[in-house]
Amino acid sequence: MKKRLVSLLAIATMTATMFAGCGSSNGASDDSAAAEPASQEEIDAEAAAVELPEDTGKVLNIYVWNEEFKSRVTDHYPGYEKVDETHGKIGDVEVVWNITANENNAYQNNLDTKLLEQESASDDDKIDIFLVEADYALKYVDTDYALAMSDLGITSEDLADQYKYTQSIVTDSTGKLKGSSWQACSAGLIYNREAAKEVLGTDDPAEVQAAVADWDKYNETAAKAAEAGYTMCSVNDTYRVYSNNVSGKWVQDGKVVIDKNIDKWVDDSKALVDSKAEDTDDLWGDDWAKGKFPTGKVFCYFGPAWFFNFSLAADEEGSIANQGGWGYCEGPQSYYWGGTWICAAAGTDNPNLVKDVILTMTTDKAVLKEIAQKDQDCVNSKTVLAELASSDEGNVELLGGQNPYEQLAAGAENVDLSNLSEYDQGCNEEFQKAMKNYFLGNATKDEAIEQFQKAIKEKYPDVEVQ
Amino acid sequence: MNKKSKVVRYNKWGYIFLIPFIVIFLVFQMIPLASTIYNSFFENYRAGLKQIGPNFVGLQNYVTIISNGDLPTYFKNTMIMWVMGFIPQILLSLLLGAWFTDPSLRLKFQTFFKTVIYLPNLIMASAFAMLFFTLFADSGPINSILLQLGVVKEAFKFMSNEWSVRGLVATMNCLMWFGNTTILLMAGMLGIDPSLFEAAQVDGATANQIFYKITLPLLKPILIYVMITSLIGGIQMFDVPQILTNGTGDPMRSSMTLIMYLNKHLYSKNYGLGGALSVFLFIITGILSLVVYKFTNSKEK
Repeated sequence: MKKRLVSLLAIATMTATMFAGCGSSNGASDDSAAAEPASQEEIDAEAAAVELPEDTGKVLNIYVWNEEFKSRVTDHYPGYEKVDETHGKIGDVEVVWNITANENNAYQNNLDTKLLEQESASDDDKIDIFLVEADYALKYVDTDYALAMSDLGITSEDLADQYKYTQSIVTDSTGKLKGSSWQACSAGLIYNREAAKEVLGTDDPAEVQAAVADWDKYNETAAKAAEAGYTMCSVNDTYRVYSNNVSGKWVQDGKVVIDKNIDKWVDDSKALVDSKAEDTDDLWGDDWAKGKFPTGKVFCYFGPAWFFNFSLAADEEGSIANQGGWGYCEGPQSYYWGGTWICAAAGTDNPNLVKDVILTMTTDKAVLKEIAQKDQDCVNSKTVLAELASSDEGNVELLGGQNPYEQLAAGAENVDLSNLSEYDQGCNEEFQKAMKNYFLGNATKDEAIEQFQKAIKEKYPDVEVQ
Repeated sequence: MNKKSKVVRYNKWGYIFLIPFIVIFLVFQMIPLASTIYNSFFENYRAGLKQIGPNFVGLQNYVTIISNGDLPTYFKNTMIMWVMGFIPQILLSLLLGAWFTDPSLRLKFQTFFKTVIYLPNLIMASAFAMLFFTLFADSGPINSILLQLGVVKEAFKFMSNEWSVRGLVATMNCLMWFGNTTILLMAGMLGIDPSLFEAAQVDGATANQIFYKITLPLLKPILIYVMITSLIGGIQMFDVPQILTNGTGDPMRSSMTLIMYLNKHLYSKNYGLGGALSVFLFIITGILSLVVYKFTNSKEK
């Protein structure tokens, strides 16, 4: 058993490269990761030659930050039996869900500690699978802690139906793919149909889109919504739309840089908050969630497809989603939000099972279609999305029967992730928190920025602030 | 000979009985204290999955903490919130303690009330803070009541006003700890010789005079104890403001306490700066305790 483990570790260490200094992100070198890797054939040949050692582990440890992947596996992975809230069974193997909340880097910190202990951990405690989000995927992709898909014998052919962006984000500097996702998280504006009728006189997606086609029009619509007694949304809802369309990374040459589009978010949002068209509620809080019900008087939310199912309280009697009262359009700028990538941890003692979980959950078209229909997820398969877009199968009840898949698929083609950095989660969270002080009039813009820099210095001691 | 050896054996028992204390003191107090001071001289943190250090940097961490000027701000915040909570707490406790121990009042259901006032202390501070967070949210019940009564025109944002956040923290601390303080003060009051009260009454002293001239002076040792423990507890204030403000100490860090600041460093596994900050806290706590002790004792002389 030990020997097999060692051999697998050896494979992992041989194939993965030590890429020192991944922290000092230099624009040019990281962009190459987004480009088509030249050695695709070599990697595939390598993958074809991989012979995985037999599974010896009795426990499959999965590290994750919420219930989403667990419920996907419970519902769609053949042979998965639920034991209790954090345990399950696949055949003889016990599945253990290690769930740590994402906020304030808690999940990352926990995962870091566990990965650093991975080598000395006992077989039953070793991480087999961990999940990452776009905000910090880079941090794990360019390390030896994540196995390349080719090390598991997964070829590019297996993954050919996936969207390019979902792969480029988890491709390391040598062109190897380190993770796989079942979602394509292009996102848009989800509007309250009743509110749209009242404010714009129509709830047709194309006409609503025309009213929010760029930020100027969006701001006009927001002013109208405010007049009609609606709150457009929270400033934190629009944040990602701006922050995904930046021209540079958060951290450049070890220094924090505030992009001009993020600066535009600050100025636009301040104006909207002052005119009471937007509020400053924190995402996921009770105040923010009130808009899911008609009494909340919220015009829209910004979100991708997982938002439909995961965040709109469709199961609750009386919610807008329950009555099919939402509509979907692209919004002012195209963007993406979230997305969950499955990574195989180096040192796993269940490589075959890990491979099967990844292949089943992210490439099996039947499973993906099931996910799309049951959970309204925008799945990571061009074929399935095309099928859904062209038939009534893709009609979403909580959107009043609208079929959003054509827009979602088009959005997924346009997603650009070249300006991600491994500091994104911390920078995004701290920036929003600090700016709230400015929006509410407790500080000037400069003071708020100063506080943001202070918080970054505490969170990332290795990053310079001006 | 025989007698001598017996004496030695008794002495030995003294040391043996001391062992549990010494061991616990060493393991949980002395060693952490020493390692904190030791750590404060190193650059030692984690950047993502990379470990930086430990590299010896001398007093660099101390210089960083002094030079960025945050320490006095957070110290001021902590003390403001402590004083805002402590003054009503000690007044309330003195009043309740005096009532409970006054035999002439013949209060009924004493045990029941003593239990009730102590109950808030049994709730976890974080749960208590969560409760207040929900109560005082923009669309929470307090705001709905205020709106319906017409006190305010639109929801008052409790969490984005410097003094309302500080006030909430102080209120919570006061509510959580006044029961504990009352019980301590009652113990002190019950320890006063009843014949003194009787003598005062015979001499025609009013209830107020008895309280100020007899109870308070004789209560001084307990008061000092309450002051010092509460002060140290106040400097270590963390869970209530941390949960209430979601770790931000907003608005503009005006409710950020010293330990929340320390937590920021420890959260990013920055043991060097965290250690240096802890040493500062250790010194501050020591000085303040000495000041309180001297100040309250000097009047006696």
